[in-house]
Amino acid sequence: MNEDVVISVKGLKNSFGEEVVHENLDLEMRRGEVLGVVGGSGSGKSVLMRSIIGLQQPDDGDICIFGEEIDRASAERELDLRRRWGVLFQNGALFSTLTVAENVQVPLREFYRNIGEELLDEIACYKVVMTGLPAEAAPKFPSELSGGMRKRAALARALALDPILLFLDEPTAGLDPIGAAAFDELIVELKQSLGLTIFLITHDLDTLHAICDRVAVIADKKVIATGTIEELLALDHPWIQEYFNGPRGRAATTAAAR
Amino acid sequence: MSVDADFSEENKDGGRILRFHGRLTLARLGDLPDRLDALDYDPVCADISDVERIDTVGAWILHKLRRERGTKLVGNSEEGERLLKQVASADEPAKAHPDQGNRFTRTIQQMGEATIEAGRSLKGLLIFFGGLLIASANVIAHPRRFRFNAVTHQFEVVGVAALGIIGLMSFLIGIVIAQQGAVQLRQFGAEVFTINLVGRITLRELGVLMTAIMVAGRSGSAFAAQLGSMKLAEEIDAMRTIGISPMEALVLPRVLSTTILMPLLGFYASVIAIIGGGLLSWISLDIPPATYIIRIREVVPMTDVWVGLIKAPVFGFIIGLTGCFNGMLVQGTNEEVGLKTTAAVVQGIFLVIVIDAFFAVFFSSIGWV
Repeated sequence: MNEDVVISVKGLKNSFGEEVVHENLDLEMRRGEVLGVVGGSGSGKSVLMRSIIGLQQPDDGDICIFGEEIDRASAERELDLRRRWGVLFQNGALFSTLTVAENVQVPLREFYRNIGEELLDEIACYKVVMTGLPAEAAPKFPSELSGGMRKRAALARALALDPILLFLDEPTAGLDPIGAAAFDELIVELKQSLGLTIFLITHDLDTLHAICDRVAVIADKKVIATGTIEELLALDHPWIQEYFNGPRGRAATTAAAR
Repeated sequence: MSVDADFSEENKDGGRILRFHGRLTLARLGDLPDRLDALDYDPVCADISDVERIDTVGAWILHKLRRERGTKLVGNSEEGERLLKQVASADEPAKAHPDQGNRFTRTIQQMGEATIEAGRSLKGLLIFFGGLLIASANVIAHPRRFRFNAVTHQFEVVGVAALGIIGLMSFLIGIVIAQQGAVQLRQFGAEVFTINLVGRITLRELGVLMTAIMVAGRSGSAFAAQLGSMKLAEEIDAMRTIGISPMEALVLPRVLSTTILMPLLGFYASVIAIIGGGLLSWISLDIPPATYIIRIREVVPMTDVWVGLIKAPVFGFIIGLTGCFNGMLVQGTNEEVGLKTTAAVVQGIFLVIVIDAFFAVFFSSIGWV
């Protein structure tokens, strides 16, 4: 087993009733990289992420994370694996009855019951500030925050256990361009200082250019290509060409080149 | 050597230094923070060159040591230094929990807020009632705007679909009343009055009241949830821009259906309850059904039927109104839909019972006892 492969998916099949979402899908993700996952709406990007993190039972196929098959691991081992990754859901999925800082404390309390209250509060607060929120946001409830701040708060919770692997589901969706660019910057900064490996689902071409090392393209129920944007541009698959060479794709390419 | 985070103390250069080893990470922390807190001196220096791995929590603990005790850190790895810088820049005084304030003032404040809220909902309900009246007047003035299909659809959902559950509930209530009545009245040798009890209480009170509670739970909540989610999805705004009045298209058919169907359902419930009571009287009191029916007709005055039938449409109106009103109040988050649905049912049942009490006083003072 290659030490550098963090996630490996082989022959994945997912279907909802009659509708097959994935068939024979393969994907490999290396340590320390930011892998962008793109695909049309309904192509099953989120389903792929849910399968990898074990929220969706695939019909067929093997999924290994850190070299272990998660659905064959014992319950104890699975928990052990689970705390090595953090997930940022599309709409944040913050617990609405808890404050931002309390949200960050939830995974900490769940996994490490022996941490004192004072240290818990301190950890929660520095994580909140680390994700670029003002300190005053920590005792606020998610409903009192703007969309962009909620995303950051959710990121703080995803980082609560100091994961080495981070799943981001459309982190910049619904943010204004300035907020989205700031969020991209934050992710790059955190990736460097915390040494993260990031699985990133996005529709945002600027995000792809700004932070992704490699991009995986999902179409026709499988990953049709993986590589840097330049490598993908060299392929002549119609969807890839249209995606990166469409008006928006070109604008993002020129913006990134500047 | 174990991988758990640990430290040893040494004397060196006239001061004490700490030598950390193991993994300074969240998973391996153990009781290290407590032991550090328990140190009764300020270490001059902390040597972390033996630390195998460090994460932000470990870095935070070192940062705190440096900040609070002035300890110098030596032997940090490049990665550790980066983490330390990261957490140090994130060190701002912050609170994790909201300010709760004094418990006494908090209680007073909550009471005040609840009172204002109650007054506000009552006012809102009256305004909504007014809006509904205007919408009704418009529809009467322009009968072609009446949404016949929507009304019949609501009739089916509110009425026909509820027959089964309301019938079952009433049947069981009839049995329970008859059974309890028989047991209690037997002590006086007056079992035969069980018939009076069942006949009068179901037609006058329980038939309509229990039906109202069931309709509030089934339909009032459904109205609030439907309108609430339509409001969230901006469907109601879309209707307004197209020029359809949500009052006429959504609220009026619903309120009309509960208002018209409540008397029917209430009467149906009373009859089924009387049948249930009859069955129990037959089995446990040996009163044959024929006698039971004759007795019912003798002891239940016609006014009891009228009492039930007059109250029912008022109850139905209240339930429909509170359901739609709360649904239209939804804004912002999904959570709101749940809250408003609960509020619709609670307000509906509460108002029904309050009005029922007024009716009881009213009917007895006009001599319908």
